[in-house]
Amino acid sequence: MMAEFLGKDTGYCHGRGGSMHIADVTANNLGANGIVGGGLQLAVGVGLAVQMKKTDQIVLTIFGDGAANEGIFHESLNMAAIWDLPILYLCENNKYGMSADVTRVSAKTPFKDRAAAYGIPGYYIDGNDVLAVYEFIRNAAENARSGKGPVFVEAQTYRYFGHSKSDRNLYRTKEEIDHWKTIEDPIIRFEKLLRTANLIDDQSINSIKEEMSKEIDESVTFAENSPEPDVKDVTEWVYA
Amino acid sequence: MPEITYREAIHDAMVEEMRRDENVFLIGEDIGTYGGAFGVSAGMLAEFGPERVRETPISELAIVGAAAGAAMVGMKPIAELMFMDFVLLALEPLMNQAAKARYMFGGKATVPMVVRLPGGSGTGAAAQHSQSLESMLMNIPGIKVVAPSTAYDAKGLLLSAIRDPNPVCFVEHKLLYKVKGEVPEDEYTIPLGVADIKHPGEDITVVTSGIMVQKSLAVARKLSQEGISVEVLDLRTLRPMDEQAIIKSVKKTGRLLVVHEAVQTGGWAGEVMAVVSSSEAFDYLDAPMRRLAGKDVPIPYNRFLEAAAVPQEADIEAEIRAIVSNKY
Repeated sequence: MMAEFLGKDTGYCHGRGGSMHIADVTANNLGANGIVGGGLQLAVGVGLAVQMKKTDQIVLTIFGDGAANEGIFHESLNMAAIWDLPILYLCENNKYGMSADVTRVSAKTPFKDRAAAYGIPGYYIDGNDVLAVYEFIRNAAENARSGKGPVFVEAQTYRYFGHSKSDRNLYRTKEEIDHWKTIEDPIIRFEKLLRTANLIDDQSINSIKEEMSKEIDESVTFAENSPEPDVKDVTEWVYA
Repeated sequence: MPEITYREAIHDAMVEEMRRDENVFLIGEDIGTYGGAFGVSAGMLAEFGPERVRETPISELAIVGAAAGAAMVGMKPIAELMFMDFVLLALEPLMNQAAKARYMFGGKATVPMVVRLPGGSGTGAAAQHSQSLESMLMNIPGIKVVAPSTAYDAKGLLLSAIRDPNPVCFVEHKLLYKVKGEVPEDEYTIPLGVADIKHPGEDITVVTSGIMVQKSLAVARKLSQEGISVEVLDLRTLRPMDEQAIIKSVKKTGRLLVVHEAVQTGGWAGEVMAVVSSSEAFDYLDAPMRRLAGKDVPIPYNRFLEAAAVPQEADIEAEIRAIVSNKY
């Protein structure tokens, strides 16, 4: 994944996709999508395929608050509902679509209420509560697998960093960002919970952090040392 | 050989392939009980059921998007859009998703889908139900564009399109649906990307496709009685374009007219001319290359205006006469 971020030939997509279009199709990961809401339409088709092939799979499609205001959001939910497709819609509401505050650009929130318009059960959860997310998504996945049709979960969360490199965070305060980064941070909160329950101590926390840092450092080293794709292959893979 | 219509040929190709391959399914608006806006899928719901003849809401974006998603996980969807004009509502899944998935994902995805697009003018349906948008579709790498002109070609090309591992836009001209032609009962396919000489000739090459093949053929037959020998080259597949067939024909005749219904500006006639002007065929030209295309206007409602907006037989005839007599 890191190699793909750096556009290297060893990346998942041989440097053709990059961070916005990274996929691992062989592992049933049909990719991040550079088009806001782009996955919502593909999910319908994958749901149809699962239904026709009668496998035990479900489709998980993850999108943001911004995508919920795209037209495809409505077409997708409607189709999934009329055909009882096994789709788990997971809306990550991180409060901003680039600079657009959710409440400023959405006539009514939470978005899970929109699921009701299509007869789809919808839930709004604290997306920074690790255990709540785990429980809810597991239950929702079971529901989607039960043949009763799609499920919609909206997880409230937050984006710490700018939308992209050009983002100077002019549309929100530093205090707000700091609040989410500290008080609301899912890792800090989960750490606290584990400490309170005496399930973890400083030593193991530090060793987990070191382990993670090491893994990331290694992936960066791997990516940096990987070869660039061969320029003479630029037109390969346009057609199968 | 039995004679069937272009509509029946398309219908038969879908039915036969759905019988052979359970991964093939049809998705679109009013394709079930109604049988499709142009009757192409009549009877298919009864044979295959609602799962494989998947009637949708009026949601073109999601129809093509769902086809792309299903194709990426091993199905072979055929999406029918009621009118080619409505593909404009579905360009996002077609051009941003289906066309690019394989490339973006480093060759690890295949998107075997067909989008059937009834296009063209001549039905009095005016600007939003009459367009020929094939030139626009040709501008996206990753998509193939097919536009058959006869029942025989329609069936053979559609079978190839369904079996092709890439997204294929299959352009059906509405005025051709009722046109009959000989189609063998035995299974056959026509490879994508191979043009066909529909009328051999010596004096001028007319490169064309779809409905304009039929019009050009009528002109070719008429002019042959006067000793003007017209070669009608039907591209059949617009992308990938059979460049060698164009070059070969122009080298033989030394003259070129490209005829298409799609509007002139940015139209694929320019692409054909570029093939000739940048190949050895250029040295064989005895006259400037010319094109006859749809006028740069939306298709009007009034039938006289509508006919004036796209090339007619008289226009093709006049243009050929002008080129062969060096009076352009």
